[in-house]
Amino acid sequence: MTNRRDFLRLAAIGAGSMLVAPRIVFANVATDRRFVFIIQRGAADGLNIVIPYADPAYAQLRGKLAIDVADAIKLDGTFALHPSLGNMGTLYTNWQALFVHAVASPYRERSHFDGQNVLETGGTSPYQLRDGWLNRLVTLLPKSADKAIAFAPTIPAALRGSADVTSYAPSNLPEAPDDLLLRVAQLYDKDQQFHPVWSAAMEARGFFKDMETRQNPAAAGRTAAEALVRTDGPRIAMIETSGWDTHSGQDNRLGNQLKALDAMIDAMRDGLGDAWQQTTVLVATEFGRTAAANGTGGTDHGTATTALVLGGAVQGGRILTDWPGLAASALYENRDLKPTMDLDALIAALAAETFGLDPERTMKTLFPNRPFDRSLHGLINT
Amino acid sequence: MGTTATDATAAIAVNRFGLGKRASEPLPSDPQHWLLDQIGQYTAQPPAFAAMQATRDIATNYANDREKLQALDGDAKIALRQELNKAARLLYRSEIDARGLNALQTPTPFMEALVHFWSNHFAVSADNPPMLSLAGAFEREAIRPHITGRFTDLLFAVEQHPAMLIYLDQIRSAGPDSLLANRARKRNADGLPGINENLAREIMELHTVGVGSGYTQKDVTEFALALTGWSAGGMGGKADTSEAGIFQYRPGLHQPGDRLIRRRVYGPLGEDQAGAVLKDLASDPATARHIATKLCRHFISDTPSKAAVDRVSKAFLSSDGDLPTVYRALIESPEAWVAQATKIKTPWEWLVSAMRGLDYPDLGKASFSNLLNQLGQPVWLPRSPAGYDDIAASWLAPDALVRRVEVSQRLAAKADRSLKPDELASNLLGNTLSSTTATEINRAESIQTGIALLLVSPDFQRR
Repeated sequence: MTNRRDFLRLAAIGAGSMLVAPRIVFANVATDRRFVFIIQRGAADGLNIVIPYADPAYAQLRGKLAIDVADAIKLDGTFALHPSLGNMGTLYTNWQALFVHAVASPYRERSHFDGQNVLETGGTSPYQLRDGWLNRLVTLLPKSADKAIAFAPTIPAALRGSADVTSYAPSNLPEAPDDLLLRVAQLYDKDQQFHPVWSAAMEARGFFKDMETRQNPAAAGRTAAEALVRTDGPRIAMIETSGWDTHSGQDNRLGNQLKALDAMIDAMRDGLGDAWQQTTVLVATEFGRTAAANGTGGTDHGTATTALVLGGAVQGGRILTDWPGLAASALYENRDLKPTMDLDALIAALAAETFGLDPERTMKTLFPNRPFDRSLHGLINT
Repeated sequence: MGTTATDATAAIAVNRFGLGKRASEPLPSDPQHWLLDQIGQYTAQPPAFAAMQATRDIATNYANDREKLQALDGDAKIALRQELNKAARLLYRSEIDARGLNALQTPTPFMEALVHFWSNHFAVSADNPPMLSLAGAFEREAIRPHITGRFTDLLFAVEQHPAMLIYLDQIRSAGPDSLLANRARKRNADGLPGINENLAREIMELHTVGVGSGYTQKDVTEFALALTGWSAGGMGGKADTSEAGIFQYRPGLHQPGDRLIRRRVYGPLGEDQAGAVLKDLASDPATARHIATKLCRHFISDTPSKAAVDRVSKAFLSSDGDLPTVYRALIESPEAWVAQATKIKTPWEWLVSAMRGLDYPDLGKASFSNLLNQLGQPVWLPRSPAGYDDIAASWLAPDALVRRVEVSQRLAAKADRSLKPDELASNLLGNTLSSTTATEINRAESIQTGIALLLVSPDFQRR
């Protein structure tokens, strides 16, 4: 492999307002555009994020979990935004937020782990592909001359691939002296598994030393922005969030999760300054949750859900959906919001328009074996 | 110190199957027997856990604390809540310390490795105060007593333990036609009780037959209905007057009627309806294969050969899930004894083996749980019911390696200054010690550096 791609990742282990503090990975490519993929691990409840308040079945299916439109941020005659997403509401008003509904990856079972694998690898079934679509996206873009940096213990599936990976995470331990580090390098010199990993670690040392490493969602947003805004910085980031699996106590938990997400996006927008105009942020989850509330103040694993597209480059202020409705006969397998839009096609269209790539070729590279949707265009200002 | 072929096999037994060689312990003369004998020698309640509380006591305290909390408001409530959360973290840390101490002192390290394996297979995650308080007790009560029995009994102990019932949202799951739901309907309550599928799904997906084994969403829902009524006392909130911290069947929550699950009909047996499903799942060929694959992946390689998995799976099926028979099949697999070690130790395995290698009699002043946090694998905190991954790709990352170097340096700084790093290396690794590592250790400018290099060497990080 001659094309060298490098990834950066920041691990923040500890409690923020999201159950697990978000983790960031970056990739370097030579472009002015920025693309951020925020994955919501655990199946986020799209029906309470972009709320179909005018659908007559909504209030009845959701019971106590239904969000009153009076408390929510009204978007149009059908949909309202969860009250915790104030900043995103402002982005919508400023034509910088596009909300996509009833969207799903090709995965139709209900296992988190398999669902996330399909979402991240871009395959049609779990573990069909070994590398991730974000990794393949990097291969379509001009290579950056800059050294890459990264953070953290493992690489998420979306970024796995033939790339050189490097990671760094701040620790509370006393730093090892250079002498020991050099000796370790010799120790690993002939080991095919340890040698590349150690070289990557040494490249990463120091790169992010001045950056904020506090472990909360807003700080994660700022850190991502600080890296993305630099002229020699990375252009692609993936942020992992978790805690979306709201089987019980959903009201509070989802509210807190969304507040954290909203703060993270706002901090990122603020930190990016003018570069926000060049930025596309995609927020997506492996699948949605049941249309009806369950018996324990939550919702169970479902199918279609929302995807949120944010950024200065987004042609926003609208909702993109072929709304299937929540009437009993319209539900998928009598329980879930029916998917009417393909998340893979959406991702490919966003990536192609953000980076000015050929849309069909982008689709083929990111999501081989999946149908190209010519009708999805005009999402991003090119 | 010279090494022989027998020493090499013995080093594999203690490092690959056990928790790593202690410097002061001789290598076993008959490695296979050494492993097999541990099945009989194993104790579920070793001295390291003597001071630990039972779930019943933890849950009773928890219920009392919540009552106190509900009686307060304002700053007093906030203060007490903070105090209780802190107490939960302390309890969690003391459980980790006890687990660590036992891992250093145990005479049956292979069995302890199996405890750790099963605990990760049936993972709970200490994501909140109740789970922080119960995670350790769960391992001691649901896992430890059952790893030398039948898989079915282990499965029942796990799924009926309050920690698992709480973690996977089972305790309040109620059938839509249960007594409770009917009563709520009569008085026009605005929130009707209903089912929660979480436990049913994870039992099939993670604990038994495994994802992709052919069950459907309908099977999950039906199993969730069968499971209604399986609950635990005490931790469910205000109206709960039943005895805290024990499994409890609540007929009022149970969905009446037959259930059709994986093409079998289960009659209306109340509590035993879900039990009958669980028994069938436990003895299913897909479960045998799932468990065999995970055991082989853990003890043999990230990508175990089909032959090894087949052998262990067959032992599981023919013995009706008799775990000692399964372990024996694993130990007797030739694939498990290949000289080339391929498994990279997890942070837990690596830290424990390093401390054993340095002959720590106990945890000393090491802040054991903090070290594990720094290494990236806090105990009982996988943040997912799937547990921690058991493949190197998940651990062998640049910053994770740097952390190990930092921790090695710290452990080495405290190590006995009369140690000879080269002797320690061949003592711990036998002839699995590579010439590169031996050379680098010999070149080290100080004992401390030599020991640190030994601990982070590829040879020591593999098992």
